[in-house]
Order: sequence, then structure tokens, then C-alpha cells
Amino acid sequence: MKSRFFAASAAFALTATTAVAANTLVYCSEGSPEGFDPALFTAGTTFDASSHPIYNRLLEFETGTTNVVPGLAESVDASDDGLEYTFNLRKGVKFHSSADFTPTRDFNADDVIFSFERQQSEDHPYNAVSGGTWEYFRGMGMGELVTSIEKIDDYTVKFTLSKPEAPFVANMAMDFASIVSAEYGEAMLAAGTPEMVNAAPIGTGPFSFVAYQKDAVIRYKANAEYWKAPADVDNLIFAITPDASVRYQKMKAGECHVMPYPNPADIEAMKADSDIVMMEQEGLNVGYLAYNTTVAPFDNAKVRKALNMAIDKQAIIDVVFQGSGQIAKNPIPPTMWGYNDAIVDDAYDPEAAKAALEAEGVSGLEMKIWAMPVQRPYNPNARRMAELLQADFAKVGVNVEIVSYEWGEYLSRSKELSRDGAVLLGWTGDNGDPDNFLAVLLGCDGREASNRAQWCHEPFQDLIVKAKTVTDQAERAKLYEEAQVVFKDQAPWATIAHSVVYMPMSTKVKGYKVHPLGGHIFYGVSVE
Amino acid sequence: MHIADKFSKRPHDCGPLMLRYIFTRLGSFIPTFIGVTLISFMFIRVLPGDPIIVMAGERGMSEERYQEMVVKLGFDKPVIQQYWDYLTGVLQGDLGNSFVTKKPVWDEFFALFPATVELATCAMIFAIALGLPAGVIAAVNRGKFFDRALMSTALVGYSMPIFWWALLLIIVFSGNLGWTPVSGRLDLLYYFDDVTGFMLIDSVLSGQEGAFKSAVHHLVLPTIVLGTVPLAVIARQTRSAMLEVLGEDYIRTARAKGLSPTRINGVHALRNALIPVITVIGLSVGVLMGGAILTESIFSWPGIGKWMMDSIFRRDYPVVQGGLLLIAVIVMIVNLTVDLLYGVINPKIRKR
Repeated sequence: MKSRFFAASAAFALTATTAVAANTLVYCSEGSPEGFDPALFTAGTTFDASSHPIYNRLLEFETGTTNVVPGLAESVDASDDGLEYTFNLRKGVKFHSSADFTPTRDFNADDVIFSFERQQSEDHPYNAVSGGTWEYFRGMGMGELVTSIEKIDDYTVKFTLSKPEAPFVANMAMDFASIVSAEYGEAMLAAGTPEMVNAAPIGTGPFSFVAYQKDAVIRYKANAEYWKAPADVDNLIFAITPDASVRYQKMKAGECHVMPYPNPADIEAMKADSDIVMMEQEGLNVGYLAYNTTVAPFDNAKVRKALNMAIDKQAIIDVVFQGSGQIAKNPIPPTMWGYNDAIVDDAYDPEAAKAALEAEGVSGLEMKIWAMPVQRPYNPNARRMAELLQADFAKVGVNVEIVSYEWGEYLSRSKELSRDGAVLLGWTGDNGDPDNFLAVLLGCDGREASNRAQWCHEPFQDLIVKAKTVTDQAERAKLYEEAQVVFKDQAPWATIAHSVVYMPMSTKVKGYKVHPLGGHIFYGVSVE
Repeated sequence: MHIADKFSKRPHDCGPLMLRYIFTRLGSFIPTFIGVTLISFMFIRVLPGDPIIVMAGERGMSEERYQEMVVKLGFDKPVIQQYWDYLTGVLQGDLGNSFVTKKPVWDEFFALFPATVELATCAMIFAIALGLPAGVIAAVNRGKFFDRALMSTALVGYSMPIFWWALLLIIVFSGNLGWTPVSGRLDLLYYFDDVTGFMLIDSVLSGQEGAFKSAVHHLVLPTIVLGTVPLAVIARQTRSAMLEVLGEDYIRTARAKGLSPTRINGVHALRNALIPVITVIGLSVGVLMGGAILTESIFSWPGIGKWMMDSIFRRDYPVVQGGLLLIAVIVMIVNLTVDLLYGVINPKIRKR
């Protein structure tokens, strides 16, 4: 028996509206894209400017959710052993045209093969183009996971995996899996300008690329031949504006319609402004304090649990996040499927914490807390957070020394197994799959790498390994919910906060959805 | 020596002396250039922070992948070898490719440089046009109200934090009054291909009505912000140079001869006071490059200042070392020009 993931997606097209007007949406973006070929890069700013407007993937994240829906593949079939995924491709999908390139054929299996093989095979003529390091593909171990990509016919492609890996489906909806045109690739190779695939992108997406003036403006126009309903605006412009206060001024002056990442200090004023609509949603991230579970007394779960009770998280949300955060009780954010909302957070109770520490024979404890030197969405001010933790722990008789290193040093030193101290860090999800948090950050394989707690707990590990091999999402969700119970009981981290993402926009903008994966998506958005 | 001989020799001396002067200045250019390549190469490597680890961020990477990247970026070679490769590359006009965008540093620099030059030139013209007369007027009215007011204003201008000053102007003139656009180089309505990279020129060449006006509008606030510090410095320098010259005997003689104050101040005094002022103007070019980093970031001005700052944070070695080198060379050329200009203004300097 084969499990069919997606039924025909005719209903999908119904959601799109059909407004026709010569109008322009201006987005004050926060930075410049590294380039326009998403597979080459890792920054969200780059994906906003490339994979979302210009490209499609075989599977896509439904805007506003972490659900995976059909994209350029109408459906995907998984074999029972979870080793083979067969994608049935959509017919009649057109690539964009540009001054240098006019496609002669529709999207087909060759484009899929081209898009992945250039990342996979070192012999591929595009493997080294544009300094290709294929960071996501390689970093996620896709090279080892995917053993072959076969063209069954023009509209059927089969991926064979080396081991069952349920998150593979979500991976195929990630930015690096964007489908580029094989025909364009060949044409540019023949012209001796293969880097044009990155510099002057051709995709199948809702917007086609018009021009990029470095560090200033990116221009797109709506793709009239889009395989779904065309975009609601005719032109999309990114006005690159790095300073958050200036973005706000530009919004006020009507120079742009939507802006990301407002200053926390400006949020109240924006909410009060009748010309601005403020949208908000929890970010797909978590900020945490990871104990080193291999070093005494932090190898004792009861000690870790006691320390967690000593933390006044609400004070951290108020002071460090200035309200733009939410207390985290689980290691995954609430917007993600598999989130266990039944879990009760450790209550803030310094007295009980003190008693629990004494019961474990811990007194006069001295420890270090590492504070990151950089600002992150999941932790806008690690130094301040560390100071609050220092004060909280002092109340239960624990003396804290705050340490910090330059960011690169911090990242590499905090991985050491014998590390002295608990580390403030966090994570932003890639594909909305709980595996991307739980296995990466807390799995045994992640020790001395992304598992900063150096935690390896068999009951937890068994659950997350099992969840990887099952393809049914409901069943996987159950396993992850159980894993969160084990996590809470064992407390390798103090989970501190999920950020809240704010998106201010003009009241003229309709249909915008805040995307939990962090991208800014303008397909389906209109301007009055 | 008979006085007539001395005079008759002058025309002969002038040429060779000036040439020798030029060559001496040019001769010092080469060691400075090599020094700058070394410093720019060392600077970014001395900063803590491994570019590969910074690139990977929280995600991290496996040990094998790390080693692979080390080889790919050439960090496995001895530092001396890396420097040699860099230097030979530079001499062949190859500054390497950015780690981040993977594009040649050279291309990126010249795509962005005209914007910086345009802004810096306007800022400099603004600073000189206001600073020189202000300094002269202050010196002539020494100790009076105008002098004090001007000099304390100049001190405030000099001490003003650029980002604060910029935001203040944006809030007042763009936000409240709506006189100027908030940021950028041109209204998004206009769109044409770059010809020279200078928006003031390209907007005219485009033939699109209103484009030039829009470009000028966009230049006003960044020009004021970037020009404020040099303006203050030039005004103060002009004032003190003028005061010194005004005390000279020949000025007293001119006064005694009954020349008009305008002629004395404007011609006799100012001309001699200009030498130190030109020095300051030359040095201000370096200051402008520094100020450009903040000004460009705030006004979303697509120049090299912001590009350099981003690259330092990302530990983008080729961009930082290439960008530093190019900026240093430009500052050196400007200062060389200033040195040569002294020779023109003051013949005595040629002999030193």
C-alpha cells in the first residue's frame, strides 16, 4: 500500500483573488539579498527576495502555516519502507522570460533533476558556479540522504533515500529546493555566463525579476502566466532600508506599504497610528539556556529543574523583549504541529527552588552563564538576559559569573563537551518540522555540535528516532508530544522565550499573512 | 649673487623642481600602497571570529564540511602564502570574490562607488561653500557676537553624533514637514539603467521629467548630515588661519595703503590662509569615508560605506581587504593631489 500525501489540488486555486489593477506594492526590506539563487545562500533576507517571489518548489509551505501543500508537484507518493518518494509533476507550468532568455518548453522533470543534481554532484557543470557551497543542501546532509534522483518520465521524478527520513517532505518545501530552469542553465552555460542563473533569475513563481540596483532597489513584475491565479499587484518593489527607524519614517511618509522588524520601542506608537495595521505572530524560534548536562551538579535533572524554577521568565519578557516575546515552556514554538500544549511550565518559585537545591545537597554553587554578543530574534539582548538570570539565581544562593566571547568563538567554544557553564542560545526553524528542533538541538548525534546541553537521554532519543521513520503526521505528532514530556521532566534547558514577530503595514494593504517560517510573502497581497 | 641672476633663473627652476616634487610624492606612493595591502590583509585576520563559523551561525557544520570550506577558501595555506596570493592578485587587478555574494569585489566596489562619490562630493561642496565664508566672517569679527555664535555652532556640529543628527533631520524635514524624501537616491517612480552611476547625471540623461529634481531632493539631507563635520572643521580652520594672516605685517601695510577691507580680507588674507585650509579639506576626504558608513546606512544610500560595514560583521575577508585597499588608494590619490596643489599655490613648497 502506498500512502498518498496530497489529493488533487483544484481547491487550492480558489483561494486566490482576481483583482486587476496597475498597482505597485512597495516593501521596505531590511537588507540586501546575497543573490537570487536560493540554493546558494542561507539568509532569510535572500529568500524573501528570491525563493518566495521568483520560484516555486515541488512542495510548498501554505502561506501563514507550516503545513506542506502541493507546489510544482501535484502529489507525492511515499513507499512503505519510507525510502522512495515519487513526485507527480504539474503540467503546463511556464518559466519566466527575460531579455536574454525565452523558454521553449514548459517545466518538466529535467528541471527538477537539474535543480538538485547541481547541488548533489561535484561533476555537475553548475556545482562550482557562483562559488557554490550549497550550504543548506550540504548542511542538512541531503547529499548523503538522497542516493538517487530518477526521471521516470517527463512528469514523474523518483527520489531514493539511504534511510527513512520523514522530514524529507518538509525539506522539499524549503528554499534551497526551489526549482530553477534547466533550459536557462544550459543556455547560460553555452553563452559562457553561468553566473547569470544567480544574477538574473528565471523561475516559475508569481513574480518575475526585473532589475536589482545593488543595496538600493529590487524590482519585480507580476507573472501573467503564473500557474495559479496571477498576483494581485502588477509590480513589486523592495526598497532596501537597513535602519528600522528610517523604515518607520518611510512608512509614515507613504514611501512604502509594508516593513519588517520594527524597533521594539516604536511598536506602541505604531499600534496607535490609525494609518498602520500591526500584525503579529509568534516566531518559529526558541531562546534557551542550555546547561552542560555532562558536568556535575548539572548532570542531575533535579538540580536543573530547581534552577528552572528560580527563573522569573515574565521579567525577562518585559525587560529583554520589551513585550515582543512570549514565555516558552516547550523547546518548540506553539505555531508548530506536534506542540504539546498540555505541558505545564515550571512555576517561578525561588523558595521551592532553594529547598530543591538543598535537598540535592547543592549549596554555595558557583556557575557561569554565557551571554551571546549578538542580537537575535529569539534573544534581543543576551547580556541583559544573563544579568536577570544572575539576579534570579542569586536569590536561591547560586553565584553566577557572566562570560561572553566574540560570536564565532562563542559558537565554537560553546560546543565543547567539557564546557564550563550554561549557554544562552536559540534556534530559528527551517522547515516547520519538529525534528528540525528536537533532533538537531537535543538528539544524541548533536552533542559537541548543535546540542549545547550535551544531552543524550535514551527515552527521548528513542522517541525522536522513531518519529523520523514514521510517515504519518498524526502519529509523528504524538511521538513528539511525548518527547516534550520527557524533555520537561529532564530539563536539559531552561526554555525562555519565543519572539513575537511584528509586521506593521499600511491600512491600504490587504491579504497579507504573517508566515510562521519567517519569510515575507507578497503573493496574494493587494494594495488599494 | 646679483639679484638679476636670481630672477633670470626662476623660469628654469620652476619646471624641474615641480617635476622632481611630483616624482618624490609618487615615489612614496608605492611603499604606502604595499603597506596598505599588508595592513588591510592583517586587519580582518586579527579580528577574532572565524568567517566559516560566523557564516554557519547557530546551525553549525560538521567537521568534514568545515575542513572542506577551509580548503575552498584557501585558509589551509600558510598565511604568508595567502598574502602573496592576495598581493599578486591585486597587482593583476583581481581582488577576489566576496564570500557572501560570491561576486568579484572589484565589480561590487565599482557598482557602489559612484553613489559614495556623489554624496561625498556634494557634502564637500556644501562644507566648503558654507565653511569658508563662515570662517572668514568669524575671523574678521573676532570676539564679537557673530564669531562666538558661529564657533560654538561649529563645535556643536563637530560633536554631533551622525546617526542622531540624521534621524532628527528625517523626522523634522521628511516626517513632519514632508519637504524631503526619507531615504534612497531616487523616487521609485523613476526607473532607468545606470550609465555613469551618478544619479544627478543619469537622471538628466534618462530624459524622464522630474527625475533630476527627485535626485536632488534625495541628496539634500544626506549631504547636510555628511557635510556637517567637515563644515565645522573647515570653518574653524579658516578662522584660525585667517586670524594668523590678519596679524601679518603685509596686511597692516595693505590697510595703511587704504585698501578696502573686502579686498584685504577676501584677496590678500584669504589667499594665504588657504594653505592650511586645503590641508584640512584633503584630510576630510578620509573623514568623509568614515562618516559615509553611518550616513549611508541611515539614508539607505547604496554606497561603499554600508557595504564595508556589513562585510566586517560577516568577516567577508576579500571584501574588507579589497574595499579597504581601494578606499586607501583613493584617499592617497586625493592627498597626493592636495600636495601637488600646494606646489601650485605656494612655489616655496616645491623646494622642500
